[in-house]
Amino acid sequence: MAAHLKKRVYEEFSKVVQQQPLEEVPAKKLRLTKPSKSAALHIDLCKATNPTDALQYLLSFARKPVEAESVEGVVRILLEHYYKEIDNSVRLKIASLLGLLSKTPGFSPDCIVDDVISTLNNDKSNQVLAQLLDTLLVIGTHLPENAAVTQRLIEVACKHLSSPYFGVRNKCLQLLGYLGTVDKPLTKESEASTSTAPLQDVQSLISDYFSDQDPRVRTASIKAMLQLHERGMKLQQTAYSQACKLLNDDYEQVRSAAVQMVWVLSQLYPESIVPIPSSNEEIRLIDDSFGKICHMVSDGSWVVRVQAAKLLGSMQQVSPHFLEQTLDKKLMSDLRRKRTAHERAKELYASGEFSSGRKWADDAPKEKVDTSGVNLIDSGACGAFVHGLEDEMYEVRIAAVEALCCLAQASPSFAEKCLDFLVDMFNDEIEEVRLQSIHALRQISTHITLREDQLDTVLAVLEDSSRDIREALHELLCYTNVSTKDCIQLALLELLKNLTKYPTDRNSVWKCLKFLGLRHPTLVLPIVPELLSTHPYFDTPEPDMDDPAYIAVLVLVFNAAKSCPTMPALFSDHTFRHYAYLRDSLSHLVPHLRLPGRKQAVVLGSELSGVGSGSLESAQQFLQDSLARVSTLQNLDSPGAQDLLDFTIRDLQRLGELQKELAGSADFCATYLRCQLLLMKALQEKLWNMAVPLCLKQNAMASTAAQQILEETYKLEYLYSGLETRQVATVHNVRLQAKALQLILTARTKRGVESVLALCEKFLQEVESFQRLFMTELPHFQDSFVEKLLELMPRLVSCKPLDLVKILLATLRQSRFIHLRLPEQIHRALATIIEPTGESDNPLRFTTGLVVALDIDATLEHVQDPQTTVKVQVLYPDGQSHIIHPKPGDFRTPGPGRVRLITQVYLSHSAWTEPCQIEVRLLLAYSSSSSKLATPKPAWNESTEGLPTSESCIEGTINLSKPVKVFIMPKPARR
Amino acid sequence: MPDIKVTPLGAGQDVGRSCILVSIGGKNIMLDCGMHMGYNDDRRFPDFSYITQNGRLTEFLDCVIISHFHLDHCGALPYMSEMVGYDGPIYMTHPTKAICPILLEDFRKITVDKKGETNFFTSQMIKDCMKKVVPLNLHQTVQVDDELEIKAYYAGHVLGAAMVLIKVGSESVVYTGDYNMTPDRHLGAAWIDKCRPDILISESTYATTIRDSKRCRERDFLKKVHETIERGGKVLIPVFALGRAQELCILLETFWERMNLKAPIYFSTGLTEKANHYYKLFITWTNQKIRKTFVQRNMFEFKHIKAFDRSYADNPGPMVVFATPGMLHAGQSLQIFKKWAGNEKNMVIMPGYCVQGTVGHKILNGQKKLEMEGRATLEVKLQVEYMSFSAHADAKGIMQLIRMAEPRNMLLVHGEAKKMEFLKDKIEQEFSISCYMPANGETTTVTTNPSVPVDISLPLLKREMALGGPLPDPKKPRTMHGTLIMKDNSLKLVSPEQALKELGLSEHQLRFTCRVHLQDPHSDADTLARLYSHLKSVLKGYTVQHLPDGTVMVESIVLKVSSSGDDPNLKVILLSWSYQDEELGSFLSSLLKKGLPSAL
Repeated sequence: MAAHLKKRVYEEFSKVVQQQPLEEVPAKKLRLTKPSKSAALHIDLCKATNPTDALQYLLSFARKPVEAESVEGVVRILLEHYYKEIDNSVRLKIASLLGLLSKTPGFSPDCIVDDVISTLNNDKSNQVLAQLLDTLLVIGTHLPENAAVTQRLIEVACKHLSSPYFGVRNKCLQLLGYLGTVDKPLTKESEASTSTAPLQDVQSLISDYFSDQDPRVRTASIKAMLQLHERGMKLQQTAYSQACKLLNDDYEQVRSAAVQMVWVLSQLYPESIVPIPSSNEEIRLIDDSFGKICHMVSDGSWVVRVQAAKLLGSMQQVSPHFLEQTLDKKLMSDLRRKRTAHERAKELYASGEFSSGRKWADDAPKEKVDTSGVNLIDSGACGAFVHGLEDEMYEVRIAAVEALCCLAQASPSFAEKCLDFLVDMFNDEIEEVRLQSIHALRQISTHITLREDQLDTVLAVLEDSSRDIREALHELLCYTNVSTKDCIQLALLELLKNLTKYPTDRNSVWKCLKFLGLRHPTLVLPIVPELLSTHPYFDTPEPDMDDPAYIAVLVLVFNAAKSCPTMPALFSDHTFRHYAYLRDSLSHLVPHLRLPGRKQAVVLGSELSGVGSGSLESAQQFLQDSLARVSTLQNLDSPGAQDLLDFTIRDLQRLGELQKELAGSADFCATYLRCQLLLMKALQEKLWNMAVPLCLKQNAMASTAAQQILEETYKLEYLYSGLETRQVATVHNVRLQAKALQLILTARTKRGVESVLALCEKFLQEVESFQRLFMTELPHFQDSFVEKLLELMPRLVSCKPLDLVKILLATLRQSRFIHLRLPEQIHRALATIIEPTGESDNPLRFTTGLVVALDIDATLEHVQDPQTTVKVQVLYPDGQSHIIHPKPGDFRTPGPGRVRLITQVYLSHSAWTEPCQIEVRLLLAYSSSSSKLATPKPAWNESTEGLPTSESCIEGTINLSKPVKVFIMPKPARR
Repeated sequence: MPDIKVTPLGAGQDVGRSCILVSIGGKNIMLDCGMHMGYNDDRRFPDFSYITQNGRLTEFLDCVIISHFHLDHCGALPYMSEMVGYDGPIYMTHPTKAICPILLEDFRKITVDKKGETNFFTSQMIKDCMKKVVPLNLHQTVQVDDELEIKAYYAGHVLGAAMVLIKVGSESVVYTGDYNMTPDRHLGAAWIDKCRPDILISESTYATTIRDSKRCRERDFLKKVHETIERGGKVLIPVFALGRAQELCILLETFWERMNLKAPIYFSTGLTEKANHYYKLFITWTNQKIRKTFVQRNMFEFKHIKAFDRSYADNPGPMVVFATPGMLHAGQSLQIFKKWAGNEKNMVIMPGYCVQGTVGHKILNGQKKLEMEGRATLEVKLQVEYMSFSAHADAKGIMQLIRMAEPRNMLLVHGEAKKMEFLKDKIEQEFSISCYMPANGETTTVTTNPSVPVDISLPLLKREMALGGPLPDPKKPRTMHGTLIMKDNSLKLVSPEQALKELGLSEHQLRFTCRVHLQDPHSDADTLARLYSHLKSVLKGYTVQHLPDGTVMVESIVLKVSSSGDDPNLKVILLSWSYQDEELGSFLSSLLKKGLPSAL
């Protein structure tokens, strides 16, 4: 019925259209068999009596897309109307439509170039001319290969360059920027146009407009130059002096473009020599331009300031002499004395001609100033960063911090100098700036050693109420070098203070102390007795092992002891006991130590851990060996095969625990083998020979096995990163086996062919899709289930369901176990919920009907694209479950491969009589279409069930973390 | 040549009682009207008798502009307007207008009620004076009268501080008032566009200072306060009620919050609360951070800072007190200082400039014994710290402003002579513009070179444009013909025809005729034909016509040939051209005098 209706609609519609063209348009349009855009447009335009109407039609026309094949026709009609039209605005709109249409994919705009150019020559209105040139620009950028068109367009641009209207000149310059070539000077131009422009190349032609009277044209000319540069043309150095002049332009957009231009030239010709005006000295161009851009950091417009500050960061070839000026406001005033402002914090300030404003009356001029030496303005780089970091707009400050960081990474001596300034930025009023400067300091911290007073300032930030700031600071302290033992003590003290003030920072503080200990063993050594409060004569009470502060101290000491063998001699007895405990419970924070006094107890352990911590190669070897052993299994039915698999799985699991680097690989293998084992068990039973009603129990067993294998295969595919196509294919093979098993079981238990038929069809589709996806991998699958299936495929497609099931069963039992080959590195995605801890006995009380926010803090490792895949699941005691999608902003990345999720989930429930526990866990959502081979998947929508929905796009979730229990108590609302 | 005259009545080579007279384009403007902190006699107000000996000032001044609300910039305003007499407009920004009367009232109370002076302005006079105020908005051009216009720019310094551009015709002056080029915790940085004034009148309080980065200063300040508090000492910070006080409050408030300190912070009450109210209101005049966050929390709503009561000064334990006035010359800050001066655990932090003669100035110079009224001496044992939080531009800031505004002349006020001297040298050397620093009562005259605007008629312009290239080329100046009409105080450049029409004159045709004798044996007609072909070959690009009535026309020049009676071979060629074609005509006559080439 619907089809019929559609047909009728179509008939009617096409009839209408065929009539109209007969009346109005030339005969060739008659070919159009379906409703055409051009025809409709033409009718509309003919109907329009006045320009306003026509404009309206054109506007509504522009909203709809046009198919590539009808573009040409539309363009013709538009041009036809263009010639007739007197009104400027309508012509303008038509011109802009032409540009729009020539962008249509699949349409080659070279056929309309001539028309546009001829209209260009005839039109009088400047605005229309500008629009037409814009259209040509669009066409030109779509036909970069067509040299003839390019040449013509350049000629047109040159001809109109002398237009009195700024818009036309703008567009011409833009055209030249996009299309102009350096290698071919514009020879034809002199004969093609009567204008007075002599033989010139594009660059000098454009640079003539650097001094145009209109600022917009000046901007356009600089931008055109930059465009040339972007297209890979080498700009000439002569432009440098012109660009420098433009830095003083009255208009901010000109200055902004000029800053870029100067920067580009400084990157092109860093080493060439330029003279300093008003003296006969010469300096390198990069230094000169650096000074000039530094100057722009105190420009009147903040847009220019941001740009200048950003660009400074990338000028790394500048000489250190100039670089260091940026941090000193008055270096040029005292060629006698080079001193950063901060050094005065340590030394007594010897007064010069300028006072610091720190002491009263120190600003009376003490000597007649050497006027040639003092230079307040043209001192170039002087104090650029001091200004940038003090700027009113935080955008500028952030840009300056970033630039400082980039430059400091390249130059250790500069890093040393800028340290104080970055530390000062920790006091900024905007949190973003503080954070940025902490990150910057972390990045350059390899170059620097903090002094005590600097460390003091840094540590003061530990009291900041913002968690991000504190954690960034912990991260920074992990990489920091300090100079004295007092610094260590200070840092420890402040970190402990932090710990008591913000107990949630526990893990981060411990980790921080671990690195502090590792980096400074010799500095920790002298303060060990103090830290552990040991006394040479008296026994001191044993500290509480559960105290996070004490653990923090121990973490510091043990890590320092790792590279300092004399340290354990200072430990008291209980310290050794605590070591053993911590080594076990916080193994990621406490390293293995060789403790001399504890031989007997440790021998066994050390040997054991000797295997564990033994060389990575041996562990790898072991992994390969066990895999090889398993691969000898040809027949799944062979006796002892099951045992072998059992042992291997156990071995692999233990290996994964011992050797962190191989945990992913070992885990992957173990899971894979477990799948094989399950499959083997399900198939080996004698049940397949029995009558159906007699083996209900076995059937149930087999179907759970099949279900379990399916789940495991999804885990194998999506939980591990670093897999290659081959492993994915292997996993898919196992999945097919499991599905085949399911199919067989269904066929045996269900009555009726209908249901089985559908299942069979689905299964065959899957086999086909496997073939499609893993075509290249097929050679590796000899004798496997899949290969056999594919061989039998023609037969399978034609045969009846019951036959199919029989064949499947046979193949399944005959198929060989596939040897698993491991890729370089496999990581298992892992998540740990740090908070809530699940230890609290106090229920979270809230009124029913309202919501309560639960803070969740979790770390994720090796999760790809966490923003889209990680969900939070909340499971209520009544079985109700919610899946919550955290905001992308809640994911922070403190380091490579690590992601931190700090978010809030909202809970709500109807009233309970007793407090009860809910479970919170993280899930990894997957969908089969999101695998690396297929197209991007549609957005994940919240759903309460995690079951696969369709075979083409299987969506589901995998548990990513252990569940955490939270005690909640929704109270009934009080009336 | 027109000139601009600038006369400082106060603040010339001095700090305090800013009052500058400017005469520009026939207009007289008074910039600021302040009082001097250091004096208690007549010298505290500017000497208005300079303007006129007796009578009111109204007819001598076109307007008064107040840059900001500090008393050394507005303290003498009621005195001038009500007691001396001025009824013209007074311009100030909205925040200044709001806060200024509070300060004036406070000032009046101290002087009249405490010191018991008579012959001082009353509350009513302050009110009357404020009625004459016209508020200004930033970047708004206000027409004072037909010719005089003023425009305000943001100046930092304190809430509502403004720089003013004064413009009459093409002459202009910028007065900066007090300004600050580095932003602080509550205000942004001063900004001005490239207005290229004839004179830039700038303050120069810190002419010889290049300050450290302000973060350094802030850190030092906080550290010192923190240390004293931890020692159990008291900290006195004498401030002027408005301006620095608010910045330091924000600084301490955030620090207290971050470090979770418990020691009380007090602020002397009264006008501060009122003033803080205005700070909360005029959020648009503050810096980026406060503007962006005030929706969540207005930074001027302090949590840790409480109102001060006189009895608190004797409380034991640490505390921080902000007290007015800032130079320790009178009032609460001096009272508290007297109480605390004996204990070396305590500290006084002077956050700004102190004028000579004040207690603040003395203790900063290290005086350990102070003479008080009634012959009592006070031993100063407490620590004295100086922390420049003054929101004035330093030397570099002043240079930066000059670079932004690009003035043609520079004039320094509001600073000490010695320091000005230094800065003056610097400015002259680096910008090569002349710089002045007049003393009080001394007049500086700057001649200007005003551009005279001339209207040009469009047809004339178009006609000239059609002759050459379309774009004006700065490298090639071009001459054009036209008539300059000066009429009704305006200048117009029009084409001659239009000028004739407008003036109602008829055009006089001026024609030159000349005879050229030529030896030519041919007949007249032939000679003419030969002449024609000769000219045709020489004057390419001109229209040469041979008319049937026996003449040749070259453009508008007429040539005729006749033979003289006696000698048929001697031909007389008659040439006639109009004045417009003078050039061509004289060329032709000289050409013909050479004779016709025989080849023809």
